[in-house]
Amino acid sequence: MLKRTLLGATILASALASAAHAQDKPEEITIGIATFLTGPASVFGVPARDAAEMLVEDLNEAGGIDGVPVRVNFIDEGAGGEAFTAEYRRQVQDEGADIMFSGISSGNCMQIAPLAEDLEVINIMWDCGTQRVFEEGEYDYVFRTQSHATGDMLALVLYLLKTKPDFQTIAVVNQDYAWGRDSWEIFSTALKAMKPDVEVVGEFFPAFGAPDFSTEISRLSATRPDVILSTSWGGDLNTFVQQASQRGLVNQSQFILGLGESSLEALGSALPDGVIIGGRGDHYFEHPEMVGQENFDSFVAEFKETTGSYPIYSVFHMVQAFEALKAAYAKAIEDGDGVWPDDQALIAAYEGLEFQGLGRPVTIRAEDHQGIEAQIVGTTVQTGDYPFATLENIMIFDGETITTPVGESSIEWVSSLTPEFVQQVEPTTFD
Amino acid sequence: MDYTLILLAIFDGLSYAALVFMVAVGLTLIFGVLQILNVAHGSLYAIGAYLTASIGGAIFAAGYAPILAFPLMLIAAALVGILLGGPIEYLLLRRIYHKPEVLQLLVTFAVFMILEDVQRLVWGNQPYFESSALQMLGNIQVFGVYYTVYQLILLPVVAALTLIGLRLFLRRTLTGRLITAVTEDREAAQAIGIDANRVYLLTFVVGAGLAGLGGALASPTTSVLPGIGAEMIVLSFAVVATAGLGRIEGAAIAALLIGLGRSAATYTYPELQVLVPYLIMLAVLLVRPEGLFGSPAARKI
Repeated sequence: MLKRTLLGATILASALASAAHAQDKPEEITIGIATFLTGPASVFGVPARDAAEMLVEDLNEAGGIDGVPVRVNFIDEGAGGEAFTAEYRRQVQDEGADIMFSGISSGNCMQIAPLAEDLEVINIMWDCGTQRVFEEGEYDYVFRTQSHATGDMLALVLYLLKTKPDFQTIAVVNQDYAWGRDSWEIFSTALKAMKPDVEVVGEFFPAFGAPDFSTEISRLSATRPDVILSTSWGGDLNTFVQQASQRGLVNQSQFILGLGESSLEALGSALPDGVIIGGRGDHYFEHPEMVGQENFDSFVAEFKETTGSYPIYSVFHMVQAFEALKAAYAKAIEDGDGVWPDDQALIAAYEGLEFQGLGRPVTIRAEDHQGIEAQIVGTTVQTGDYPFATLENIMIFDGETITTPVGESSIEWVSSLTPEFVQQVEPTTFD
Repeated sequence: MDYTLILLAIFDGLSYAALVFMVAVGLTLIFGVLQILNVAHGSLYAIGAYLTASIGGAIFAAGYAPILAFPLMLIAAALVGILLGGPIEYLLLRRIYHKPEVLQLLVTFAVFMILEDVQRLVWGNQPYFESSALQMLGNIQVFGVYYTVYQLILLPVVAALTLIGLRLFLRRTLTGRLITAVTEDREAAQAIGIDANRVYLLTFVVGAGLAGLGGALASPTTSVLPGIGAEMIVLSFAVVATAGLGRIEGAAIAALLIGLGRSAATYTYPELQVLVPYLIMLAVLLVRPEGLFGSPAARKI
């Protein structure tokens, strides 16, 4: 009797000891992905969901993560506000999501970051652009696998000042919400710092989803600014560019479309030559450094075949979230000598992680969890190779030089830049 | 602000007013006759736009002449009126004319929600853009600014013709007079042998068709995407409320006021642009709660 009890106690003790050291491999890894399935932003959200489904299928076919299959649940950011946070909470608490990817909307990211911290779930901000999250708060569980608005905007300003330095006036037409306002604040602050004599001659913030920009276009045609910036996206951007192109405004002023990469295919022949286009990172389906690499070419081809469209930046951002996940698990398992990692081990792996999606490698800063991502900017040209405009005179900016340093506020940092900064930054060019 | 800018602002206001009027007129016609505020009007507008843009895109891609865009708009409007407007009135609204207004509002709102999802099912989430009609008519230059003929001339002309046509139809034709009679007093009209049900059905089909035509006319100027129906219905309500419910000429004046006010704001103080239609509505309703042209309802005892 005593013998048996001793034996049982020994087994129990050793079992407890090993449990304290490591978790067993789970049956599967559950990921909750927040993306826009409805609403205007579904132009980004739906292609990204399609990409996630493709990636998970490929990943599981290849044996999952260290033999553990991955399962994804999607939640709709389009639900917005409390409905969205309630669903997020449900994913973590009831569906047992091990990790969350959220999301596209900056507003949702600002809301989710403290919630993820409360729920103690690792949250990957896979697409949202607000620079505020890590500048105004500090989080253990929240990471970003891509750049933020400052890098996106700074690359555009630098490209403009490098390629068309001789202009005097600029006007902006942005959507009337956080992104439209914030991106213009960063862009205009940076521009005034690096080109102090520039004059802003028009600031238009038409309502989000506005169906008609005719009046703004007439006003701009009468004002004739040298440069017109728009960081709008989706239907708003398409409508604005189509209307501006129909009425000759695109030929009158130099257009800069910060998120234009995502509308190249949709705009088709309406987008004339010579428009400056950004890609929210180095995302482009003909990325000059990636074309010819097997994984890039096969992904673009598979995506085109599955969805009927070429991948846009939100798709590449989704790829990065998955590549970061794979890299983080690999690193954590290696650091833990093959033991399956718990959340803390995974967090340690994400800090300072270097991984590569379908662009240049990305680093996640250990200090503030911000991703350092390169930026691609180019000028449109209708070559006839595709039924839509592609990019020429491409520049790729290294992420390190154009991302706000750790602990600094973006607006203060860009306002401290000088005209010399334009020459100091040396992007890669392609001929 | 010099006089050319004022003229430019007026042009912009006119072409915008024309589009808004085309949608608001159907809404106000339906309210005038059926006494129902049709929230689903926004969906009918959106579906008119979707039909025109998607069918147009398909047939022009197949090599047909862009001139077909114009008959296509009329066909799209007729389809919306007959295939959607007809069944909505016949199967649904007919059962609720005697029910409280709140219920009527809820029913048309439900139809609106259903049709929003139908659009998403049929046309997906990606925006459609099909502007062959607009491109075909070309541009004209006014004070160094390019306008499209479609927006500056065609839209206001169509709106004016619609207004005049409706007026003549209601006052000079037999069917029009029947509609007017039923609007005045349904029971009396029925007593002298007018088939009020038929008149209601006809009016709703025409009103729905006008919403579809509004969408079809707007489609070459804008991206057609989920949510455009909601956008338009809110603005149309503002126009109809400003005008006085059921007033067709009033809707034209209110649309003009709102169009001109909006473009004046864009030229002088763009931040106000979104607010202007509602500021105008508020100002009008404070002074005349029944709207610009509405008459205070007389109580029937």
